[in-house]
Amino acid sequence: MDSATLSAEEQKLVRPPLVLNKRTMGWISSYVSTIVESKTPRWWFISIAITSSIALLTPLMLCYLVATGVGVWGNNSPVFWAWDITNFVFWIGIGHAGTLISAILFITRQKWRTSINRAAEAMTLFAVVCAGIYPMFHVGRIWKVYFLAPVPNSNGIWQNFRSPLLWDVFAVSTYFTVSVLFWYTGLIPDLATLRDRCTTKIKKFIYGIMALGWRGGNRQWRHYEMAYILLAGLSTPLVLSVHSVVSFDFATSVIPGWHATIFPPYFVAGAIFGGFAMVLTIMLPARAIYPQLHDMITPGHINKMAKVILLTGSIVGYAYLMELFIAWYGANPYERAAFWYRAFGPYWWAYACMMFCNVVSPQVFWFKWCRTNVYAVFIVCMFVNAGMWFERFVIIATTLARDFLPSSWGLFHPTIVDILTFIGTFGLFTTLFLLFVRFLPMICMFEVKAVLPEANPHYGEEHH
Amino acid sequence: MSNFFPRWSNLLPLKLLVCLAVIGCAIVGGIWYYFTPKYTRVGYQPDQPIPFSHAIHVKQLGMDCRYCHSFVEVSGHSNIPNTQTCINCHGQGKVKWDSPRLAPVQESWKTGRPIQWIRIHRLPDYAYFNHAVHVNRGVSCYSCHGAINEMAVVYEAKPLSMSWCLECHRAPENFLRPPSEVFNMDWHPKSFDEQLKVGTKLKQEWNVNPPVTCGGCHR
Repeated sequence: MDSATLSAEEQKLVRPPLVLNKRTMGWISSYVSTIVESKTPRWWFISIAITSSIALLTPLMLCYLVATGVGVWGNNSPVFWAWDITNFVFWIGIGHAGTLISAILFITRQKWRTSINRAAEAMTLFAVVCAGIYPMFHVGRIWKVYFLAPVPNSNGIWQNFRSPLLWDVFAVSTYFTVSVLFWYTGLIPDLATLRDRCTTKIKKFIYGIMALGWRGGNRQWRHYEMAYILLAGLSTPLVLSVHSVVSFDFATSVIPGWHATIFPPYFVAGAIFGGFAMVLTIMLPARAIYPQLHDMITPGHINKMAKVILLTGSIVGYAYLMELFIAWYGANPYERAAFWYRAFGPYWWAYACMMFCNVVSPQVFWFKWCRTNVYAVFIVCMFVNAGMWFERFVIIATTLARDFLPSSWGLFHPTIVDILTFIGTFGLFTTLFLLFVRFLPMICMFEVKAVLPEANPHYGEEHH
Repeated sequence: MSNFFPRWSNLLPLKLLVCLAVIGCAIVGGIWYYFTPKYTRVGYQPDQPIPFSHAIHVKQLGMDCRYCHSFVEVSGHSNIPNTQTCINCHGQGKVKWDSPRLAPVQESWKTGRPIQWIRIHRLPDYAYFNHAVHVNRGVSCYSCHGAINEMAVVYEAKPLSMSWCLECHRAPENFLRPPSEVFNMDWHPKSFDEQLKVGTKLKQEWNVNPPVTCGGCHR
């Protein structure tokens, strides 16, 4: 429809376009492909040199851990779950935004997802990779980690299927597998575009293998659409189930402060909250480096993501307050004590950080100016990233630090190995993301083309 | 679009898939069979300093296990006999004192240094095993060491793996025998039904509840 013929009243109702500056289909393909095809820019080499050096810290620290023993971590009585599980929950939670964007927003036909879903899904995978490291090494004897899987063994033992820790293994591995399949399926048509555009034989060969013989015929598109929607359907419950199962690790125990029915929805909301913050944390710099991405990742997209952060952040804030209310209303002295210690005990600063970063800081998104100003959004996202880490730390460490027996109370002190391992996973995450930006199309080209006005079959018709 | 893959590559994915499946099965099967204790341990029969024959001493002469392994009923560890025990029969002027095959016994007796037997049945340090509690509740030597009375040189007859331990801990009635027959290596139930009858009765009477939790053995 031609917006010029509409009255001023009607103009307000027209949705802002998803791709700005009237970009054509050809421009989208050539711009997104050029990011991959052009000569490797200098900033990329500098950044990956830094991030991969940081990433190296994690394997180094883990080698030291395996060679020396788990004592090099600060985990000790009574805080047996400390940074390792905190970081696991932190990273696994981040992944959820990618799955939400790719699956739930796809099924609900939210067209604005098209320009951000590829990068968000990639981020999901990289976050799950970072998350997976921690529980594997937390078992203490990494060479026995296959005990987690129900494999027949000469020990004659079998997994305890009543344990949520085992459900976790299945939840996370299913999540990773389905996410990889979903991400890769969505990549195939774009990989074929790259294959057809690239000039050197070796690139043709590699992208040719990765494109799995895609030719873009009608039948292939029909199969593709079917596969994609089925995978979206398969991923949708995972958005809710994975972090629910992670929350069961705590909720099914009898520790006051963990044993709460609110945990699954509260964890899921927190995961989406933290995940969207991380999506923006990496998308905004990418958008700054490649200015033309502004036409595809528009202020409208950032605005919508900020609204999701505001919503989920408020759900998380509600959950915090409800926990406090139930602790008081439930009249269980131990539960009350647990929350008293959280707020006013030795870890009050962590609790205060969590409250400020997760509940207070996103409230600025009530103002449209804040939702569309990239600097404001970036700062709030940084607060949320930190806040979500503190949330997991508060839940895990402060609860365990006050055991049932006052004689065994004790605080957690991270060691240098704890700290460097965690910093290293940020390096790993950014390294993987840099590799992704360099070698794969970061925007889903064919889906963005499909949301252009030209893609509408009625485009250009007089009557509507 | 030009064809940049040669024609032979059409079947390549299928071939790769078949190869991977075969290799995968071979690895799993190979580890399953060749890397488990029933292959790596069972049959271990080192050369001992003296070719002591249980077949002669137990089967032919009818000695009781406890003559040499004298603490098995009262101690967690079943002792290897000291040289004094050998000398009771093989002392100067007694049985085969001068036999060159018994030279290490003579030497040990003179110097006071024990005979360096090579240990066959090893459990890992993290597995706690108590001989006394087993033999006093009707677990025969035979159940774990096999037909020792027929071995000219001792070898490991059972895998001693965790699943093997658990086989009995989960269903002791399949193996228990009357306490009077624990050291009788020739006592065998006539049929499995009889074993089950005897075993179930003993399990009940003696209140045999073997631990199957981690802490039972890994203390």
